[in-house]
Amino acid sequence: MNSSILVLIETQRGELVEISFECLSAARAIANSTNSKVIGLVLGKNAYQIATKLGSCDSVYWNELDGAELVPADIVAEALGMLIKNTNASTVLIGGTNNSLGLGSRLSAKTNIPFVNFAQKITPVDSDLVVTCRFLGGKILADVRLKGSKGIIVINSGAFAPDLGKTEGTPHCEKLDGLVSKPRITFKKFIQPAAGDIDITKMDVLVSIGRGIQNPDNIPLAEELAKLLNGAVSASRPVVDQGWLPLTRQVGKSGMTVKPKLYLALGISGAPEHWEGMKDSNMIIAVNTDANAPIFSFAHYGVVADIFDFIPVLKDAIQKHKK
Amino acid sequence: MNYLVLIKMVPDTVEEIELLPNGQGIDSSLTRYKLSDPDEHAIEQALILKEKHGGNITLLSLVAPEVDDVLFTAIAKGVDRAIKINIDQTNLTTTSVASVFSLYIKQSNLLSDPATLILTGSQASDDLDGELAPIIAENLSLPVLTVVSGVTLNQNLTQLVVFKEFSGGLRGEFELSLPCVLGLQSAESPPRYVPVSKVRNVMKSSKIENVELPDFQPSQMFQIEKLYKPEISTHAEMLEGNLEEVADKIASILSQKGII
Repeated sequence: MNSSILVLIETQRGELVEISFECLSAARAIANSTNSKVIGLVLGKNAYQIATKLGSCDSVYWNELDGAELVPADIVAEALGMLIKNTNASTVLIGGTNNSLGLGSRLSAKTNIPFVNFAQKITPVDSDLVVTCRFLGGKILADVRLKGSKGIIVINSGAFAPDLGKTEGTPHCEKLDGLVSKPRITFKKFIQPAAGDIDITKMDVLVSIGRGIQNPDNIPLAEELAKLLNGAVSASRPVVDQGWLPLTRQVGKSGMTVKPKLYLALGISGAPEHWEGMKDSNMIIAVNTDANAPIFSFAHYGVVADIFDFIPVLKDAIQKHKK
Repeated sequence: MNYLVLIKMVPDTVEEIELLPNGQGIDSSLTRYKLSDPDEHAIEQALILKEKHGGNITLLSLVAPEVDDVLFTAIAKGVDRAIKINIDQTNLTTTSVASVFSLYIKQSNLLSDPATLILTGSQASDDLDGELAPIIAENLSLPVLTVVSGVTLNQNLTQLVVFKEFSGGLRGEFELSLPCVLGLQSAESPPRYVPVSKVRNVMKSSKIENVELPDFQPSQMFQIEKLYKPEISTHAEMLEGNLEEVADKIASILSQKGII
């Protein structure tokens, strides 16, 4: 395979979004074993400056788009489409962020190039790529074969070690002109999260609740435990979506990224979207009735139990040890 | 004002997911299905907009386990029409489901009024080959925004102000014109509860419109070699014993680490 691998280098407010290094790392690994080239695309504010530092690319196309803080999806899709045509790129890698969600699907619908979501591993086999996807809340893996390595792949955050994507050096940089699409959506402004009652990103201990808490009347159980541990209660998406806790307490992809000394996950299954927000916690202890819950594959300690049986017993044990 | 809400049933990840013996798909006869969470928020957002601005909500689905209950529940909440397209959704890729919806919307002329908003969930847990909202938008040449958590409609029913979630609680404000497609992450308020008795009454008094779509051809752009379950618990040290023993072990660990 001598065609190229095209990587979207995502930016937001003039800064490179971290997952781009994971995409570059994945691209570099494929390129090294198949003797192909890595082409980067950077758009928006500071694009040129960012482009010149991407040593893991063979070449980078850039356009600052008058210093755009957020690049409209229509323009990103047009630019990727243009480069697929002009550079003989068969594989396109995009990071699995909220910002880029939908971009790959649209590009696929436009170009008829297959789209694969949730990539966890990419393996070159003959002239094809076998993409291992982790989906259905992390419970199922799928091996998908992309014939002739032709595909648009969205990678899961945290799936690829970013180091290989961080090579120093200056690639060949070229301005990408001729982008003409008029976005049909107007970006007005960014809105910072409202200051919450408690900043969960600053807590040493988080008692985090998921679907397993069942209803809002049970939240005080978690609050009492958190108080005993000098911590706070945080939650996974379903709890916040139900309106049981404010958005400021949400851990995960759309919510906060936390790194407490202790993350006690109660009744949280551990979907990849949640993992993304708490993977760097010093110690993760998970309690779940389902022995096969994905959270046990990345927690440090696991307990298979009903949280309602376990919380009072744990409280007693902690009180005893405190004395 | 017309609201078209497109929904998908997905395997319930809280339950065990059973795979076909050949590893080529999910065994839908042994797996429990539920409405995709973000789709439930799409329904709720449509109900909220209808309360503010009036109009009609039409729900579209394909055939899947438990889908009738979902459709009747939605009618009990205030949805005006529930249409079920007679094609099995459980065997289809998301791209194919999107083709079904796009084709039906075109053939039934559901976009004839420009004051039409298409709502669906932002992403479903089984969206292996794409998400509904962007593919529908591409198929129907409409603007699209996904990961939406807040929608305001102007009084002329021509423009929307929409909030999109980024990460770390950051949101973006966008403006777009109708008709368009939105992929909902969460509605402005949590999905409402409807008593079972009301759903039962609706089952007696209302009906689901069953429709055919003979022109549809499924498509699959890639080949799934196999589905399998990840190896579990390669990392966590599982604490065994009765609850008191396990709790005591945890308390000891926390004490050693200086947390308590």
